[in-house]
Amino acid sequence: MTGLEIYKLLPRTNCGDCGVPTCLAFAMKLAQKRAELSECPHASEEAKTVLGAASEPPMQTLKIGFGANAFEIGGETEMFRHEKTFYHQTAIAVQLRDTDDPKVIGSKVREVEEYVLERVGERLQVDALCVSNVSGSRERFLKAVEAAAANTSKALILDCSDVETVKVARGILNGKKPIIHPGKTGIDPFVEMVVEDGAGLVVSSESVQDMAVTVENITKRGLKNLVLNLNSDGASDRLQNSTTLRRAAVRKGFKTFGFPQAWFLDSGDDVEILADAVLGMCKYTSLLIIPSFSKELMLTLLTLRQNIFTDPQKPIQVDPKLYAVGEPKPDSPVFVTTNFSLTYFIVSGEIENAGTSGWLLVPDCEGMSVLTAWAAGKFSADKIGKFAKEIGLEERVKTRDIILPGYVASISGDLEEAMPNWKVIVGPQEAADLDPFLKHYLKR
Amino acid sequence: MQFEIPKETWASSIRTVTIGATSNEGGTRTSRVTIGGAAAIQFHYFEGKLPHPPVIAMEVFDSPPSRYPATLLEYYGDVIDKPGEMARRCVEKYGAQMISVRLDGTHPDKGDRSAERAVAVVQEVLRSVGVPLIITGHANFNKVNEVMRKVAEATAGENCLINWVEKDNYRTIAAVCLAHGHCVVAQSPIDVNIAKQLNIQLTGMDFPADKIVMDPLSSPVGYGLEYTYSIMERIRLDGLAGDDMLRMPMMITPGYECSRCKEAVAPEQDNPLWGSEKLRSAYWEIATAMSLMLAGAELLVMYHPLAVKVIQRKIQELSKAGVSI
Repeated sequence: MTGLEIYKLLPRTNCGDCGVPTCLAFAMKLAQKRAELSECPHASEEAKTVLGAASEPPMQTLKIGFGANAFEIGGETEMFRHEKTFYHQTAIAVQLRDTDDPKVIGSKVREVEEYVLERVGERLQVDALCVSNVSGSRERFLKAVEAAAANTSKALILDCSDVETVKVARGILNGKKPIIHPGKTGIDPFVEMVVEDGAGLVVSSESVQDMAVTVENITKRGLKNLVLNLNSDGASDRLQNSTTLRRAAVRKGFKTFGFPQAWFLDSGDDVEILADAVLGMCKYTSLLIIPSFSKELMLTLLTLRQNIFTDPQKPIQVDPKLYAVGEPKPDSPVFVTTNFSLTYFIVSGEIENAGTSGWLLVPDCEGMSVLTAWAAGKFSADKIGKFAKEIGLEERVKTRDIILPGYVASISGDLEEAMPNWKVIVGPQEAADLDPFLKHYLKR
Repeated sequence: MQFEIPKETWASSIRTVTIGATSNEGGTRTSRVTIGGAAAIQFHYFEGKLPHPPVIAMEVFDSPPSRYPATLLEYYGDVIDKPGEMARRCVEKYGAQMISVRLDGTHPDKGDRSAERAVAVVQEVLRSVGVPLIITGHANFNKVNEVMRKVAEATAGENCLINWVEKDNYRTIAAVCLAHGHCVVAQSPIDVNIAKQLNIQLTGMDFPADKIVMDPLSSPVGYGLEYTYSIMERIRLDGLAGDDMLRMPMMITPGYECSRCKEAVAPEQDNPLWGSEKLRSAYWEIATAMSLMLAGAELLVMYHPLAVKVIQRKIQELSKAGVSI
């Protein structure tokens, strides 16, 4: 709300009791979030209601899971990551069907449990498991839930349209509150069930209008832990719907849609699933339920996710140190580059690609790439020389050649001065050319 | 109260660029390709017109690339050194709407093949397929300028897309494109300002704005994709908002970029957790192409036939609300 809009709701007596001389000035402070309405002892009920609603975030944040495996979804404020950032990455859940034997379910869950990737210093993994009551049988569903819970401490989603079955399943889970996905069924009994404990509830709908009405009724009961599942007819419809829901929340302040979105992908070929999952991830899905697990699919999705949800405001960095790439010996080649994660990762990757082991000296360049750091004076001969001394490079390696990124060849003279016992070798400009470069260099 | 779907309208639209020339236009192509024209964000048919869906090109080589992955050799191994035949396979079997001829063999460090030989290769491809061509060079300025001069002249009238010019090397290639009626790719290093500046330089030498395609430089999944993704979204939004020097359609190169990614090509035994490289080879390209296409790419240069098929299907699905294809 603008200062003027807020001003219209204030008493406009300029009494000064809030500590500010005029109501207009106080309104301006409120607009900038530098004051609280409670500081005005004469604020009307209307002012309290309207401003109270206005100060709620555009989208609720939902906490899912427990202990070390807890995570959040929602809380978004942007349509585009470059406007600020996306705050929570799309959570990924793998679907389990209760038509499978519990032993099979158990082993599928263990496979997901064990799947942990390390990339650019982060651990990437699936966030949750969704148990689906495909069979329609209470007994099968409960056995499936048991099999899942016994093999994972990740968050669980219960996909079942029978509220009594869900109640029993929740009992089995012993306080580890799952997210409930009733699907295409009357949601009221489920609302009754979660209204006490605030468990997460997926609200499904077939149209934007219907979703608005349903959610409004639910929020009147005070529930905030909602996830919106707007069923869409194909990719085009899906894009329109997710954009509409996100836009309504973050651009139009429509609180009824101020909740994270879910998408339960249909079964199909992995490539279809992948393309749709990319669509979901890029376009506003906060909780993605994947119908099947494969290593290749998950590697691709988890890596893409890490990219899209990196905070553009903060470049990612690796620790400044001397890295061993492969299994280097004291006389292995020595390289230097900056501590921007991507740079480090690409350069060390290319050294390995070339089948070479080596030492990679990485000084602190505040997470900037080679050219950016050099232009900012963070990747200078002086800095490199100082860092090499600090970490005792000469005690750790016998080599006295240092390979410099080709783009900063201009500092080679200065670097030889800063590192008097060393010879500077100008390497290729592109890390991808390290392979042919090394073939040549190692022959000399 | 009825919820009203919030729709955005834009002050401007993206230019359309037509590549290729049939006999009507003085060329020998059997089809032309038009990209661009969007008056809304990519695939947002519900709030604006997008007259031309994205187009997929595939790439052939003047000499077999040294870093070409085994997973792709499965599809092309027998024709990798026969660019005309490879082009035909890409068009007839895999549905390529354009063919990029990459002349890397003319690079001094990669064979230093002559400009004349490059011309012969391009002509071989022109004879083999009827789709429009992209002519792709490299970063050795002296040589690529010489090559493009000869190729542009030899293909005068075909309205090829000459790939590429960049901030530090554009005059020669832009001039020959102008002289012989070709379109040009303006490449920038993931930088909006440089992209804009290059377009200003080009149009400043009277290069027609509607014959420019921007390449903001693709980064594949895992290697900085998010930089390209956000730059593209920013360029697209600025263009739609009316920035005249950012109103060009955009090109991406997921095929080339993914073929160099460890995750797309490394054999399974190197990393059992990664699974089969046969699948990863397609998946990496699908994810790169799909995400950057959502960011606004109108021309996609792709390698893996399965990735091409999937993206084609997605383009159809996402465009169904708009133009009939």
